[in-house]
Amino acid sequence: MQDLVNIFVKSVFIDNMIFAYFLGMCSYLAVSKTVKTAVGLGAAVIFVLGITVPINYLLENYVLKAGALAWVPFVDLADVDLSFLSFIMFIAVIASMVQLVEMIVEKLSPALYGALGIFLPLIAVNCSILGGALFMQERQYSTIAEATAFGLGSGFGWLLAIVAIAAIREKIRYSNVPAPLRGLGITFIITGLMGIAFMSFMGIQL
Amino acid sequence: MSEKKEALFSKKNRKLMTDPLDGSNPISVQVLGICSALAITVQVEQAFVMSLAVMAVLIFGNLIVSGMRNLIPSRIRIIVQLVIVAALVILVNELLKAFMPDVSEKLSVFVGLIITNCIIMGRLEAFALANKVWPSILDAIGNGLGYGWILVVIAFFRELFGSGKIFGLQIIPESFYEAGYMNNNMMILPPMALITVALIIWVQRSKNTDLIEEN
Repeated sequence: MQDLVNIFVKSVFIDNMIFAYFLGMCSYLAVSKTVKTAVGLGAAVIFVLGITVPINYLLENYVLKAGALAWVPFVDLADVDLSFLSFIMFIAVIASMVQLVEMIVEKLSPALYGALGIFLPLIAVNCSILGGALFMQERQYSTIAEATAFGLGSGFGWLLAIVAIAAIREKIRYSNVPAPLRGLGITFIITGLMGIAFMSFMGIQL
Repeated sequence: MSEKKEALFSKKNRKLMTDPLDGSNPISVQVLGICSALAITVQVEQAFVMSLAVMAVLIFGNLIVSGMRNLIPSRIRIIVQLVIVAALVILVNELLKAFMPDVSEKLSVFVGLIITNCIIMGRLEAFALANKVWPSILDAIGNGLGYGWILVVIAFFRELFGSGKIFGLQIIPESFYEAGYMNNNMMILPPMALITVALIIWVQRSKNTDLIEEN
């Protein structure tokens, strides 16, 4: 349990998707004009990361990794290494999961669909989702629970970042920013400063 | 066929290549492809290799998608594009692993993230799906260069001030360090990449006032 909380906190604050790795920056910049839409997109990212990271974890450990196919009975597949296929498999899982989640949410909870609906298709090409899968592969989490904690934590960190920047951008409309920096430029600078602030979390161990 | 055949480098086609370098630059104006761009600009070498990789994927992606544009049903075009791009990225990744193992190690997950790089999907959607093959290739080259030069400029400043080197070669002489000069370690950290981009945007927009946005 301790480990899981540790991984969660670490991926929210220290290895924050936006501030440490710049993942999902495109939608972060495009959808952060108001807090309301930012919360919607952030929630969708948590949702999708929480689902796709564990699925990709299973895929990685039981299909793709070197020797992962050893569980197949009757044929000897122990030295098959399919890891070169991981990009295409991960992106296929993500694209189809997003589609599936969209359909399920639409059926079960129209209210949630109304809130997340327009953002879900956008998410298939959000770098943070594929990034989550690739970091999970690189860091080699030992159990599926750890991978899930990482996925949810990364999503939560992303939500935190986009809501914070959206709140600042709502206010900055009233300030006198130098003309060439307006819009994109000042958003980059604020994100950089927020990144510096987030670095103070470095080294936290629970 | 009354339509006159267009020269390969007609004015319109040249514009396709030069526009993305400044007026419609993918990074500083269209805001595409920031995701993987910033993390790998600590050293010029990485930035250079990354730009080449993105450009290669972009050119071949545009070529294939534009060649198939009349065959792809529009409902499933995103998945088709993703599969094409993912296949190209796998090729690039395997080539990098084989010929430049150390750079490939440093780029880590960011090569894979070229798949979801918004520049690629953005150009495929906005240009290759609606245009002939040759203009699409030019558009890809232009956007690749536009992406590349920003990356290399950011990396240049970050590596110069961050570790005193360019392409891994020591530029700032030893005597400076003896006189008390210190590398600015801040430049190596991720937040400074964002601030460097902001400065580039600032310079670009104060020259080209058409690009200034509403607050």
